[in-house]
This record gives sequence, C-alpha cells and structure tokens, in this order.
Amino acid sequence: MRFDWNWAFTFEILPRLLAATLNTLAAAGIGYVIAIFLGLALALAQRTPWGMLTFVVREFVEFIRSTPLVLQIFFVFYVGPQFGIRLSPWTAGMIAIGLHYSAYLSEVYRAGIDSVPKGQWEACRAINMSTRDTYLRIVIPQALPPSIAGLGNYLVGIFKDTPMLSVIGVAELMHTANAIGAEHYRFLEPLTMVGVIFLAISLPAAGLVRLFEGWMRRKMGM
Amino acid sequence: MDLSDYPLELPEGQRPMVRFMNVTKRYGSLVVLDKLDLDVAEGEMVTIIGPSGSGKTTVLRMLMTLETVNGGVIYVDGKPLTHMEKRGKLVPADERYLRRMRSSIGMCFQHFNLFPHMTALQNCMEGPVQVLGLSKAEARERSEELLDMVGMIEKKDQHPSRLSGGQQQRVAIARALAMRPKVMLFDEVTSALDPEVIGEVTNVIRRLVAEHNLTMLMVTHQMGFARDISDRVCFFFGGRIEEQGTPDELFGNPQRERTQQFLSAVKEAG
Repeated sequence: MRFDWNWAFTFEILPRLLAATLNTLAAAGIGYVIAIFLGLALALAQRTPWGMLTFVVREFVEFIRSTPLVLQIFFVFYVGPQFGIRLSPWTAGMIAIGLHYSAYLSEVYRAGIDSVPKGQWEACRAINMSTRDTYLRIVIPQALPPSIAGLGNYLVGIFKDTPMLSVIGVAELMHTANAIGAEHYRFLEPLTMVGVIFLAISLPAAGLVRLFEGWMRRKMGM
Repeated sequence: MDLSDYPLELPEGQRPMVRFMNVTKRYGSLVVLDKLDLDVAEGEMVTIIGPSGSGKTTVLRMLMTLETVNGGVIYVDGKPLTHMEKRGKLVPADERYLRRMRSSIGMCFQHFNLFPHMTALQNCMEGPVQVLGLSKAEARERSEELLDMVGMIEKKDQHPSRLSGGQQQRVAIARALAMRPKVMLFDEVTSALDPEVIGEVTNVIRRLVAEHNLTMLMVTHQMGFARDISDRVCFFFGGRIEEQGTPDELFGNPQRERTQQFLSAVKEAG
C-alpha cells in the first residue's frame, strides 16, 4: 500500500473544513452553556429537602451517565417525532449533548459544594443569612475554584464529542470531512486535518483552563 | 413533660434573656444534654466549663439554632426560640420563625469560619447589607467602627488567608457584633490559637464585658480568663450542670467531687 499525501488537495479542502470548525465550536459552546446552567440546577436540586425531587434528579443523572451519548442523540432526534416532537438536527443535538454533559457537570458541582467546610454554613446561619444568599454569596463562590479543573476537562470533552452529532446530520467538522471524502474518494487528507484541527484547539484550551483556575483563586484571595 | 406544659411566653417580670427549660439533646442513643435548666440574665456573662463530651458546646449550638432540640423549650427574651405558637400551642419552629428569632443571637466559633473570598471589611458588611438591609455606606461605617474596636482597622482590606489566627478571630468577633445581637456566644474562641496571640482575643472580650451590656455565654478552657470576667461559672458533667456559682465560689471552693477532680486535672495540665 502506498502512502500518498496530496498537499494541493489539502489546501483546497481546508477552507471548507475551517468553516465546519466554526459549527463544531458553536455546537460545543452552546451545548456547554446549557450544561453549565442545567448542571448547577441538577446539583442544587439534589440538595433540597424535598425527597421526591432529590430522588428523581439523582436517578436521572445516573441514567444519563450510564447510557451512551450517541444513543441519547439518536433517541432525541428519532423518537421525538413519534410523540409529535419534531426537532431540527441542531436543536436535537444541542438538547442531547447539553443534557448529557449537564449530568456530568452536576457531579463536578456536587463535589465542589461538598468541599465547602461545614463551618461556612454555620457562619451564614450565625449571621442569619437566607438559604438563597448562603448559596449565591458564600457557598457557590467557594465551590467554583475547586470545580474549574473538572469543568474544564468536560469543556474539552464536549468539544471532542461533537463528531457524534454527525450521525443525525449536523454539519460539523466530522460530518464535513466525511462528505469531502465521499465526494473525492480521498479520506486521508480530510480525516487527518480533522485530527490536526481538534488537537490545535484542545491543547491550548486545557492550558487556558489551568490559567483561569489560578486567576480565579487569586482573585478570591484563596 | 408535654409541649402544652410549656408557657407560650414567659410572664412579664420573670424574663431572663435566655432560658433553657428541661432541654434534652440526643444523637441516636447518646444523650448530650439531659433535661437542662439554665437561665442567663440580661447583661450577664456566663462561662461553661467541663470535660469534653459534657455537652457544653451543644448548649451554644442549640441557642444558635445550629442543632434542634429533642425535648424541652429554649426561650430568648421571654419568647420561645426552638418552638413557635400555632393555634394556641407550641410546635417546632419553622425556618421563617427561626430567621426572625435568630437575629438576636450572634456566635463566634473555634475555627473563626470567616468567608475566605471576602476581605475583613466585606466579612463584617455581609450580614448588615444582605440580612439587615443596611445601605453599603451605613454598613461600612458600622463595620469600620467595630474593626477599629477589635484593633483590625489597618487590616480591613486583607483576605482571611493573610491574617493570623488571632487576627481572624478578632474580625470574626467584629462580624458577629455588626449584627447587633442581644446575646453573644463564644465557642472555645481561643482553643485554635497559638498561646502568644490568645491575649489579643481575650482582651477584646474583656472590653466587651466592661463596656457593653451584652448577654454572653462562653465555652472556654482558659480557666484564669473565665475566673476574671465571668459573673457565673457552670461546670457541666454528663449533659447536666453539676455545679454552678460565682467564679470565686466555683474555683475557690468547689463543693462537688467531680468539680474538684476536673479543676485539679486542669491545673496539672496547665
């Protein structure tokens, strides 16, 4: 078997791949924003005094974490219409990936909240703070810095999982590379470039997360 | 005793600032407080001493409503703290009632528990602004006055991680006082401190006793300090008050054998 790499072809398809990269970044970004907020809601819901809610949310998180993402994407996209819910690939994809990662992020938040010492809660009680202020002003700000490493890992994770959206036809990077390959009967260049682009984004992102973590700790005087 | 046997409110003229009435606290089968009766008069400084596990810290934690009661009722300023009136009967207090009652009580902890992401000044302003609804300017003025009183005004913009234990504890005292409580609780506030800085905290408490008419309850292992500033000392043993009296009575002439044993053990250790 001969290894022949065609540079001319590589440069020819590069603009299309870079355009698709924007879609990939958008998918990861939107999915992550959903997961950041929904994950916090799921973590807080598990700390309410209402046993039923806590139980349901707990089981939901376990269910999401125990089934494959690709199945969840298929499920939202293909099973929804059976119940009259018709979603575009983008919408279905964002819901599936946002839900999936919110379950993981809720666990990160949970560990972060658990790491806040009991004495902090008692100090809030002693100055008669409301439960809402206790969370918003004292507990969550202290739970965030130790959570950032975990949150950052999942940011890179969600980015690397976006190719799964290609199974329902979201025109992200992987989907585009496949399409190019099928059009030209050449897969080596497009797929290699996909790998290069992912690497070029993931590596600096991980470093930026570490810098951000340090900055946040300093800003909070911790 | 049934809950209906407790008064909805203490009668006029017989209203100590704090009254524990037949209060029991259990953790599982372990009885921490055993039908405790304890009154603290307005402006009185009461110190609780005793071996570990005798329930002394639990007294303060229940008064701060960090723990619930398993029996009996605690009254503050004549009104029930742990319970509230509902259709002419006492029922366990809900969070809303607790928030109203809790405002008359302040507490300082062994490990300070300052908010690490806020400066000393922000720590003091947090309660007045968020809970009492004071303006930032009013809260700042009040907090700076108190930080000045505890000798921490120069460090007001430092985060707790930059302060020594004694300094953190003084900020914590200012933070508690900024809420203008009627009753202050000091839970082993010098136990986590290096010996050379204990004095800076006890001096602040001495000044409070001398210059303010605060009702105070203190748990401490500093016997000399307790003897100096207390109006009354209670020796706890097994969840009950074994013996109580003025400092001179209790330290100078203890009557009960357990008190004598404890005091001589403490003297040897110290």
